[in-house]
Amino acid sequence: MSVGLVIVSHSEKIAEGVVELAAQMAPDVVIVAAGGVAGGDGDAAGRIGTSFERVQSGIGRAMGGDGVVVLTDLGSAVMTAEMALEFLDAEARGSVRLAEAALVEGAVAAAVQSQSGASLEDVLRAAEAAVVSIRPDELEPFVSQGATGRGKPDSPGAASSGSHVSGVFTLPNRMGLHARPAALLASGLLELDADVTVNGVDATSVMLLMSLGLGQGRTVSVEASGPDAQAALEFIGDAVESGFGEPS
Amino acid sequence: MAEVLDTAWALRWIRNTADVISAERTQLIELDRAIGDADHGENLDRGFTAVIGRIDAGEASATPASVLKLVAMTLMSTVGGAAGPLYGTAFLRAATALGDAEEVDAALVATLVGAARDGIMARGKAEVGDKTMVDAWTPAADAARTAAQDGATPADVLAAAARAAEAGARGTEPLIARKGRASYLGERSAGHRDPGAVSSALILRAAADAAQEGSA
Repeated sequence: MSVGLVIVSHSEKIAEGVVELAAQMAPDVVIVAAGGVAGGDGDAAGRIGTSFERVQSGIGRAMGGDGVVVLTDLGSAVMTAEMALEFLDAEARGSVRLAEAALVEGAVAAAVQSQSGASLEDVLRAAEAAVVSIRPDELEPFVSQGATGRGKPDSPGAASSGSHVSGVFTLPNRMGLHARPAALLASGLLELDADVTVNGVDATSVMLLMSLGLGQGRTVSVEASGPDAQAALEFIGDAVESGFGEPS
Repeated sequence: MAEVLDTAWALRWIRNTADVISAERTQLIELDRAIGDADHGENLDRGFTAVIGRIDAGEASATPASVLKLVAMTLMSTVGGAAGPLYGTAFLRAATALGDAEEVDAALVATLVGAARDGIMARGKAEVGDKTMVDAWTPAADAARTAAQDGATPADVLAAAARAAEAGARGTEPLIARKGRASYLGERSAGHRDPGAVSSALILRAAADAAQEGSA
Protein backbone atom coordinates (compact mmCIF):
# COMPACT_ATOMS: atom_id res chain seq x y z
CA MET A 1 0.00 0.00 0.00
CA SER A 2 1.16 3.54 -0.62
CA VAL A 3 -0.11 7.10 -0.83
CA GLY A 4 -1.61 7.98 -4.23
CA LEU A 5 -0.91 11.25 -6.03
CA VAL A 6 -3.10 13.44 -8.25
CA ILE A 7 -1.36 15.90 -10.57
CA VAL A 8 -3.56 18.90 -11.43
CA SER A 9 -2.33 21.20 -14.19
CA HIS A 10 -3.88 23.64 -16.63
CA SER A 11 -2.22 21.61 -19.35
CA GLU A 12 -3.02 17.96 -20.05
CA LYS A 13 0.52 17.55 -21.36
CA ILE A 14 2.14 18.99 -18.23
CA ALA A 15 0.05 16.72 -15.99
CA GLU A 16 0.92 13.66 -18.06
CA GLY A 17 4.58 14.64 -18.21
CA VAL A 18 4.83 15.11 -14.46
CA VAL A 19 3.17 11.72 -13.94
CA GLU A 20 5.69 10.15 -16.31
CA LEU A 21 8.63 11.80 -14.55
CA ALA A 22 7.47 10.96 -11.03
CA ALA A 23 6.49 7.39 -11.94
CA GLN A 24 10.03 6.69 -13.10
CA MET A 25 11.14 6.88 -9.49
CA ALA A 26 8.05 5.33 -7.96
CA PRO A 27 6.85 2.34 -10.00
CA ASP A 28 4.42 1.10 -7.34
CA VAL A 29 2.72 4.42 -6.58
CA VAL A 30 -0.62 5.29 -8.17
CA ILE A 31 -0.10 8.70 -9.82
CA VAL A 32 -3.03 10.13 -11.74
CA ALA A 33 -2.95 13.00 -14.25
CA ALA A 34 -5.85 15.47 -13.99
CA GLY A 35 -4.84 18.16 -16.46
CA GLY A 36 -6.72 20.38 -18.88
CA VAL A 37 -10.43 20.68 -19.41
CA ALA A 38 -12.59 18.86 -21.95
CA GLY A 39 -12.91 20.55 -25.33
CA GLY A 40 -16.16 21.40 -27.10
CA ASP A 41 -18.72 19.02 -28.56
CA GLY A 42 -17.11 15.70 -29.29
CA ASP A 43 -13.68 17.29 -29.12
CA ALA A 44 -11.70 14.71 -27.19
CA ALA A 45 -8.50 16.71 -26.87
CA GLY A 46 -8.30 18.76 -23.72
CA ARG A 47 -7.70 22.48 -23.79
CA ILE A 48 -5.94 24.71 -21.28
CA GLY A 49 -7.75 24.98 -17.96
CA THR A 50 -8.75 22.85 -15.02
CA SER A 51 -11.84 20.72 -14.58
CA PHE A 52 -13.61 19.88 -11.34
CA GLU A 53 -14.85 16.64 -12.93
CA ARG A 54 -11.35 15.53 -13.92
CA VAL A 55 -9.89 16.35 -10.51
CA GLN A 56 -12.75 14.63 -8.72
CA SER A 57 -12.41 11.44 -10.75
CA GLY A 58 -8.62 11.61 -10.42
CA ILE A 59 -8.91 11.61 -6.64
CA GLY A 60 -11.28 8.68 -6.91
CA ARG A 61 -8.77 6.70 -8.95
CA ALA A 62 -5.88 7.52 -6.60
CA MET A 63 -7.84 6.34 -3.54
CA GLY A 64 -7.56 2.84 -2.19
CA GLY A 65 -4.08 3.10 -0.71
CA ASP A 66 -2.94 5.02 2.34
CA GLY A 67 -4.48 8.32 1.26
CA VAL A 68 -4.05 10.84 -1.53
CA VAL A 69 -1.89 13.93 -1.97
CA VAL A 70 -3.09 16.42 -4.63
CA LEU A 71 -0.54 18.70 -6.29
CA THR A 72 -1.47 21.70 -8.44
CA ASP A 73 0.01 24.35 -10.69
CA LEU A 74 -1.33 27.92 -11.11
CA GLY A 75 -4.12 29.70 -9.22
CA SER A 76 -7.33 28.28 -10.61
CA ALA A 77 -5.97 24.72 -10.35
CA VAL A 78 -5.76 25.34 -6.61
CA MET A 79 -9.34 26.62 -6.52
CA THR A 80 -10.61 23.66 -8.54
CA ALA A 81 -8.77 21.21 -6.27
CA GLU A 82 -10.14 22.93 -3.16
CA MET A 83 -13.66 22.50 -4.52
CA ALA A 84 -13.04 18.83 -5.26
CA LEU A 85 -11.87 18.32 -1.67
CA GLU A 86 -14.94 20.11 -0.33
CA PHE A 87 -17.17 17.69 -2.24
CA LEU A 88 -15.59 14.59 -0.65
CA ASP A 89 -17.56 12.85 2.08
CA ALA A 90 -16.17 13.25 5.59
CA GLU A 91 -14.42 9.90 5.63
CA ALA A 92 -12.62 10.40 2.31
CA ARG A 93 -11.81 13.99 3.22
CA GLY A 94 -9.73 12.77 6.15
CA SER A 95 -7.33 10.93 3.85
CA VAL A 96 -6.83 13.55 1.12
CA ARG A 97 -4.38 16.45 1.37
CA LEU A 98 -3.80 19.41 -0.91
CA ALA A 99 -0.08 20.18 -1.06
CA GLU A 100 1.22 23.74 -1.18
CA ALA A 101 4.12 22.73 -3.33
CA ALA A 102 5.92 23.35 -6.58
CA LEU A 103 4.27 20.93 -9.02
CA VAL A 104 7.23 19.15 -10.60
CA GLU A 105 9.58 19.17 -7.63
CA GLY A 106 6.81 18.37 -5.17
CA ALA A 107 5.45 15.50 -7.26
CA VAL A 108 8.85 13.86 -7.62
CA ALA A 109 9.65 14.22 -3.91
CA ALA A 110 6.20 12.95 -2.91
CA ALA A 111 6.42 9.98 -5.28
CA VAL A 112 9.76 8.87 -3.86
CA GLN A 113 8.46 9.18 -0.31
CA SER A 114 5.33 7.26 -1.16
CA GLN A 115 7.33 4.53 -2.89
CA SER A 116 9.25 3.99 0.36
CA GLY A 117 5.97 3.38 2.19
CA ALA A 118 5.84 6.71 4.00
CA SER A 119 2.67 7.92 5.71
CA LEU A 120 0.24 10.45 4.19
CA GLU A 121 1.63 13.27 6.33
CA ASP A 122 5.22 12.37 5.45
CA VAL A 123 4.45 12.33 1.73
CA LEU A 124 2.73 15.72 2.08
CA ARG A 125 5.70 17.09 3.98
CA ALA A 126 8.15 15.83 1.36
CA ALA A 127 6.14 17.56 -1.38
CA GLU A 128 6.00 20.84 0.50
CA ALA A 129 9.68 20.75 1.48
CA ALA A 130 10.69 20.43 -2.15
CA VAL A 131 10.19 24.11 -2.80
CA VAL A 132 13.05 25.54 -4.79
CA SER A 133 14.15 29.06 -5.43
CA ILE A 134 16.32 30.53 -8.12
CA ARG A 135 19.25 32.60 -6.93
CA PRO A 136 20.56 34.21 -10.09
CA ASP A 137 23.63 35.49 -8.31
CA GLU A 138 24.89 31.98 -7.89
CA LEU A 139 26.11 29.54 -10.47
CA GLU A 140 24.14 26.63 -9.11
CA PRO A 141 20.47 27.36 -9.46
CA PHE A 142 17.57 25.52 -7.90
CA VAL A 143 19.18 24.92 -4.54
CA SER A 144 16.70 25.14 -1.74
CA GLN A 145 17.62 27.99 0.56
CA GLY A 146 15.88 26.35 3.45
CA ALA A 147 17.56 23.00 3.19
CA THR A 148 21.16 23.86 2.47
CA GLY A 149 21.86 24.77 6.07
CA ARG A 150 20.38 21.60 7.50
CA GLY A 151 22.55 18.94 9.11
CA LYS A 152 25.74 20.91 8.84
CA PRO A 153 28.42 19.09 10.82
CA ASP A 154 30.01 20.92 13.73
CA SER A 155 33.49 19.72 12.88
CA PRO A 156 33.82 19.21 9.17
CA GLY A 157 36.62 16.93 8.14
CA ALA A 158 36.40 14.72 11.20
CA ALA A 159 36.75 11.27 9.71
CA SER A 160 34.93 9.43 12.44
CA SER A 161 33.95 10.83 15.81
CA GLY A 162 31.37 8.77 17.65
CA SER A 163 28.26 8.55 15.52
CA HIS A 164 29.48 11.18 13.05
CA VAL A 165 31.23 9.93 9.94
CA SER A 166 32.21 11.48 6.64
CA GLY A 167 33.70 10.47 3.34
CA VAL A 168 34.46 11.77 -0.13
CA PHE A 169 33.75 9.80 -3.31
CA THR A 170 34.16 10.54 -7.01
CA LEU A 171 31.40 9.96 -9.55
CA PRO A 172 32.65 7.52 -12.21
CA ASN A 173 29.54 7.22 -14.36
CA ARG A 174 28.94 9.34 -17.44
CA MET A 175 25.59 10.75 -16.33
CA GLY A 176 26.74 11.65 -12.82
CA LEU A 177 24.21 12.20 -10.04
CA HIS A 178 21.12 12.51 -12.25
CA ALA A 179 17.52 11.63 -11.41
CA ARG A 180 17.76 7.84 -11.11
CA PRO A 181 20.83 7.75 -8.85
CA ALA A 182 19.43 10.62 -6.79
CA ALA A 183 16.24 8.65 -6.21
CA LEU A 184 18.28 5.54 -5.44
CA LEU A 185 20.29 7.36 -2.76
CA ALA A 186 17.36 9.22 -1.27
CA SER A 187 15.12 6.18 -1.01
CA GLY A 188 17.93 3.99 0.36
CA LEU A 189 18.69 6.51 3.07
CA LEU A 190 15.06 6.68 4.15
CA GLU A 191 15.48 3.11 5.46
CA LEU A 192 18.35 4.16 7.75
CA ASP A 193 18.30 6.07 11.01
CA ALA A 194 20.86 8.74 10.15
CA ASP A 195 21.05 12.43 9.23
CA VAL A 196 22.98 12.57 6.01
CA THR A 197 24.09 15.43 3.80
CA VAL A 198 25.75 15.32 0.41
CA ASN A 199 27.72 18.46 -0.43
CA GLY A 200 25.75 20.22 2.28
CA VAL A 201 22.24 19.32 1.17
CA ASP A 202 19.78 16.85 2.68
CA ALA A 203 20.58 13.52 1.00
CA THR A 204 17.03 12.19 1.44
CA SER A 205 15.77 14.85 -0.98
CA VAL A 206 15.86 13.74 -4.60
CA MET A 207 15.38 17.27 -5.80
CA LEU A 208 18.21 18.69 -3.72
CA LEU A 209 20.58 15.94 -4.82
CA MET A 210 19.67 16.57 -8.45
CA SER A 211 20.00 20.30 -7.95
CA LEU A 212 23.68 19.87 -7.09
CA GLY A 213 24.20 19.18 -10.78
CA LEU A 214 27.10 16.82 -10.10
CA GLY A 215 28.47 15.36 -13.33
CA GLN A 216 31.05 12.72 -14.08
CA GLY A 217 34.33 13.20 -12.16
CA ARG A 218 32.80 15.49 -9.54
CA THR A 219 33.16 14.66 -5.88
CA VAL A 220 30.42 13.60 -3.52
CA SER A 221 31.15 14.74 0.01
CA VAL A 222 29.11 12.84 2.59
CA GLU A 223 28.48 13.77 6.22
CA ALA A 224 26.42 11.37 8.32
CA SER A 225 25.40 11.23 11.96
CA GLY A 226 23.08 9.08 14.02
CA PRO A 227 22.91 5.36 14.89
CA ASP A 228 23.12 4.20 11.25
CA ALA A 229 25.66 6.81 10.15
CA GLN A 230 28.32 4.27 9.21
CA ALA A 231 25.85 2.17 7.22
CA ALA A 232 24.65 5.29 5.41
CA LEU A 233 28.18 6.28 4.50
CA GLU A 234 28.94 2.80 3.17
CA PHE A 235 25.68 2.67 1.26
CA ILE A 236 26.46 5.93 -0.55
CA GLY A 237 30.09 5.02 -1.06
CA ASP A 238 29.26 1.66 -2.62
CA ALA A 239 26.56 3.16 -4.83
CA VAL A 240 28.73 6.02 -6.08
CA GLU A 241 31.86 3.93 -6.66
CA SER A 242 29.90 1.34 -8.61
CA GLY A 243 28.66 4.19 -10.81
CA PHE A 244 25.10 3.23 -9.83
CA GLY A 245 25.52 0.32 -12.24
CA GLU A 246 25.72 2.74 -15.16
CA PRO A 247 28.37 3.02 -17.91
CA SER A 248 31.37 5.21 -17.24
CA MET B 1 -44.98 44.21 -10.22
CA ALA B 2 -44.30 40.64 -9.14
CA GLU B 3 -43.43 40.38 -5.43
CA VAL B 4 -41.66 37.07 -5.84
CA LEU B 5 -39.46 35.39 -8.42
CA ASP B 6 -39.77 31.73 -9.39
CA THR B 7 -38.07 28.94 -11.28
CA ALA B 8 -39.13 30.44 -14.61
CA TRP B 9 -37.22 33.59 -13.61
CA ALA B 10 -34.11 31.53 -12.78
CA LEU B 11 -34.29 29.85 -16.17
CA ARG B 12 -34.76 33.20 -17.97
CA TRP B 13 -31.82 34.60 -15.98
CA ILE B 14 -29.52 31.83 -17.13
CA ARG B 15 -30.71 31.97 -20.77
CA ASN B 16 -30.23 35.76 -20.76
CA THR B 17 -26.78 35.27 -19.31
CA ALA B 18 -25.81 32.76 -21.99
CA ASP B 19 -27.05 35.16 -24.68
CA VAL B 20 -25.24 38.20 -23.33
CA ILE B 21 -21.99 36.32 -22.68
CA SER B 22 -22.13 35.04 -26.24
CA ALA B 23 -22.82 38.56 -27.56
CA GLU B 24 -20.05 40.11 -25.44
CA ARG B 25 -17.63 37.24 -26.00
CA THR B 26 -15.26 39.29 -28.13
CA GLN B 27 -15.28 42.23 -25.73
CA LEU B 28 -14.45 39.93 -22.81
CA ILE B 29 -11.67 38.26 -24.79
CA GLU B 30 -10.19 41.67 -25.63
CA LEU B 31 -10.36 42.86 -22.01
CA ASP B 32 -8.66 39.65 -20.90
CA ARG B 33 -6.07 39.88 -23.64
CA ALA B 34 -4.99 43.26 -22.23
CA ILE B 35 -4.27 42.00 -18.74
CA GLY B 36 -4.68 38.21 -18.71
CA ASP B 37 -4.65 35.16 -20.93
CA ALA B 38 -7.42 36.14 -23.35
CA ASP B 39 -9.60 33.16 -22.52
CA HIS B 40 -12.31 34.63 -20.28
CA GLY B 41 -14.86 35.29 -23.02
CA GLU B 42 -14.36 31.98 -24.75
CA ASN B 43 -14.32 29.99 -21.50
CA LEU B 44 -17.52 31.58 -20.19
CA ASP B 45 -19.27 31.25 -23.53
CA ARG B 46 -18.38 27.57 -23.62
CA GLY B 47 -19.49 27.12 -20.00
CA PHE B 48 -22.88 28.78 -20.40
CA THR B 49 -23.47 27.03 -23.71
CA ALA B 50 -22.96 23.74 -21.86
CA VAL B 51 -25.37 24.93 -19.16
CA ILE B 52 -28.07 25.67 -21.72
CA GLY B 53 -27.52 22.23 -23.25
CA ARG B 54 -28.20 20.63 -19.89
CA ILE B 55 -31.22 22.82 -19.19
CA ASP B 56 -32.64 21.92 -22.60
CA ALA B 57 -32.06 18.27 -21.76
CA GLY B 58 -34.33 18.78 -18.76
CA GLU B 59 -31.67 18.35 -16.09
CA ALA B 60 -32.84 21.21 -13.88
CA SER B 61 -35.73 20.40 -11.60
CA ALA B 62 -38.54 22.39 -10.07
CA THR B 63 -36.88 24.94 -7.76
CA PRO B 64 -34.79 28.04 -8.52
CA ALA B 65 -32.01 26.49 -6.44
CA SER B 66 -31.91 23.42 -8.69
CA VAL B 67 -31.31 25.67 -11.69
CA LEU B 68 -28.47 27.53 -9.94
CA LYS B 69 -26.89 24.29 -8.75
CA LEU B 70 -26.93 22.90 -12.29
CA VAL B 71 -25.21 26.11 -13.45
CA ALA B 72 -22.57 25.73 -10.72
CA MET B 73 -21.75 22.10 -11.43
CA THR B 74 -21.58 22.65 -15.17
CA LEU B 75 -19.36 25.75 -15.00
CA MET B 76 -16.97 24.01 -12.61
CA SER B 77 -16.26 21.28 -15.12
CA THR B 78 -16.42 23.17 -18.41
CA VAL B 79 -15.06 26.70 -17.98
CA GLY B 80 -11.47 25.75 -17.26
CA GLY B 81 -10.12 29.12 -16.12
CA ALA B 82 -10.43 30.81 -12.75
CA ALA B 83 -14.01 31.78 -13.58
CA GLY B 84 -15.00 28.09 -13.32
CA PRO B 85 -14.42 27.56 -9.61
CA LEU B 86 -15.28 31.22 -8.82
CA TYR B 87 -18.67 31.34 -10.54
CA GLY B 88 -19.16 27.68 -9.61
CA THR B 89 -18.83 28.59 -5.94
CA ALA B 90 -20.97 31.71 -6.39
CA PHE B 91 -23.90 29.83 -7.95
CA LEU B 92 -23.51 26.96 -5.50
CA ARG B 93 -23.66 29.28 -2.48
CA ALA B 94 -26.59 31.11 -4.06
CA ALA B 95 -28.40 27.79 -4.51
CA THR B 96 -27.69 26.84 -0.91
CA ALA B 97 -29.03 30.22 0.27
CA LEU B 98 -32.32 29.58 -1.59
CA GLY B 99 -32.76 26.09 -0.17
CA ASP B 100 -36.08 24.50 -1.15
CA ALA B 101 -37.82 27.84 -1.70
CA GLU B 102 -40.05 27.86 -4.75
CA GLU B 103 -40.58 31.61 -4.53
CA VAL B 104 -37.87 34.19 -3.97
CA ASP B 105 -38.86 37.45 -2.31
CA ALA B 106 -36.83 40.68 -2.17
CA ALA B 107 -35.03 39.74 1.04
CA LEU B 108 -34.07 36.34 -0.35
CA VAL B 109 -32.81 37.94 -3.57
CA ALA B 110 -30.49 40.12 -1.48
CA THR B 111 -29.38 37.05 0.46
CA LEU B 112 -28.68 35.24 -2.82
CA VAL B 113 -26.48 38.04 -4.13
CA GLY B 114 -24.66 38.29 -0.80
CA ALA B 115 -24.07 34.53 -0.67
CA ALA B 116 -22.66 34.57 -4.20
CA ARG B 117 -20.30 37.41 -3.25
CA ASP B 118 -19.20 35.58 -0.08
CA GLY B 119 -18.51 32.46 -2.12
CA ILE B 120 -16.33 34.32 -4.61
CA MET B 121 -14.38 35.99 -1.81
CA ALA B 122 -13.87 32.70 0.04
CA ARG B 123 -12.74 30.87 -3.08
CA GLY B 124 -10.52 33.53 -4.61
CA LYS B 125 -9.33 35.10 -1.36
CA ALA B 126 -9.55 38.53 -3.01
CA GLU B 127 -10.62 41.74 -1.29
CA VAL B 128 -12.30 44.89 -2.57
CA GLY B 129 -9.79 46.89 -4.63
CA ASP B 130 -7.80 43.89 -5.89
CA LYS B 131 -9.26 44.43 -9.41
CA THR B 132 -11.35 41.27 -9.50
CA MET B 133 -14.96 40.09 -9.62
CA VAL B 134 -15.22 41.10 -5.97
CA ASP B 135 -15.19 44.75 -7.06
CA ALA B 136 -18.48 44.15 -8.88
CA TRP B 137 -20.13 41.73 -6.46
CA THR B 138 -19.46 43.62 -3.23
CA PRO B 139 -21.20 46.88 -4.20
CA ALA B 140 -23.92 44.73 -5.80
CA ALA B 141 -24.50 42.80 -2.57
CA ASP B 142 -24.54 46.02 -0.55
CA ALA B 143 -26.97 47.72 -2.95
CA ALA B 144 -29.24 44.67 -2.99
CA ARG B 145 -29.39 44.55 0.80
CA THR B 146 -30.17 48.26 1.08
CA ALA B 147 -32.85 48.07 -1.62
CA ALA B 148 -34.50 45.06 0.05
CA GLN B 149 -34.48 46.83 3.41
CA ASP B 150 -36.13 49.85 1.76
CA GLY B 151 -38.97 47.66 0.56
CA ALA B 152 -38.07 47.35 -3.11
CA THR B 153 -39.52 44.58 -5.27
CA PRO B 154 -37.27 41.62 -6.19
CA ALA B 155 -36.87 43.11 -9.69
CA ASP B 156 -35.80 46.44 -8.24
CA VAL B 157 -33.40 44.76 -5.83
CA LEU B 158 -31.74 43.07 -8.82
CA ALA B 159 -31.75 46.30 -10.83
CA ALA B 160 -29.97 48.06 -7.96
CA ALA B 161 -27.46 45.21 -7.75
CA ALA B 162 -26.80 45.32 -11.50
CA ARG B 163 -26.29 49.10 -11.48
CA ALA B 164 -23.85 48.83 -8.57
CA ALA B 165 -21.98 46.00 -10.28
CA GLU B 166 -21.68 47.98 -13.50
CA ALA B 167 -20.29 50.97 -11.61
CA GLY B 168 -17.94 48.64 -9.73
CA ALA B 169 -16.70 47.07 -12.97
CA ARG B 170 -16.02 50.53 -14.45
CA GLY B 171 -14.21 51.40 -11.24
CA THR B 172 -11.68 48.60 -11.76
CA GLU B 173 -10.12 50.47 -14.69
CA PRO B 174 -7.50 52.50 -12.77
CA LEU B 175 -6.77 49.73 -10.26
CA ILE B 176 -3.58 47.67 -10.12
CA ALA B 177 -4.36 43.95 -10.04
CA ARG B 178 -3.38 42.11 -6.89
CA LYS B 179 -4.89 38.68 -7.64
CA GLY B 180 -4.81 36.22 -10.50
CA ARG B 181 -2.82 36.25 -13.71
CA ALA B 182 -3.19 40.04 -14.14
CA SER B 183 -1.24 40.62 -10.93
CA TYR B 184 1.91 39.47 -12.76
CA LEU B 185 1.63 42.67 -14.78
CA GLY B 186 1.82 44.93 -11.75
CA GLU B 187 1.30 48.59 -12.67
CA ARG B 188 0.74 47.69 -16.33
CA SER B 189 -2.61 46.20 -15.31
CA ALA B 190 -3.94 49.71 -14.65
CA GLY B 191 -5.94 51.38 -17.44
CA HIS B 192 -8.06 48.34 -18.28
CA ARG B 193 -11.31 47.10 -16.78
CA ASP B 194 -11.16 43.69 -15.12
CA PRO B 195 -12.86 41.09 -17.36
CA GLY B 196 -14.22 39.15 -14.38
CA ALA B 197 -15.82 42.28 -12.93
CA VAL B 198 -17.31 43.06 -16.35
CA SER B 199 -18.77 39.56 -16.80
CA SER B 200 -20.10 39.70 -13.22
CA ALA B 201 -22.00 42.88 -14.09
CA LEU B 202 -23.37 41.19 -17.23
CA ILE B 203 -24.62 38.24 -15.17
CA LEU B 204 -26.36 40.51 -12.64
CA ARG B 205 -27.87 42.65 -15.42
CA ALA B 206 -29.22 39.44 -16.98
CA ALA B 207 -30.83 38.56 -13.63
CA ALA B 208 -32.43 42.01 -13.40
CA ASP B 209 -33.71 41.86 -16.99
CA ALA B 210 -35.18 38.40 -16.38
CA ALA B 211 -37.08 39.75 -13.36
CA GLN B 212 -38.30 42.75 -15.38
CA GLU B 213 -39.50 40.52 -18.23
CA GLY B 214 -41.43 38.36 -15.75
CA SER B 215 -43.31 41.33 -14.37
CA ALA B 216 -44.05 42.94 -17.73
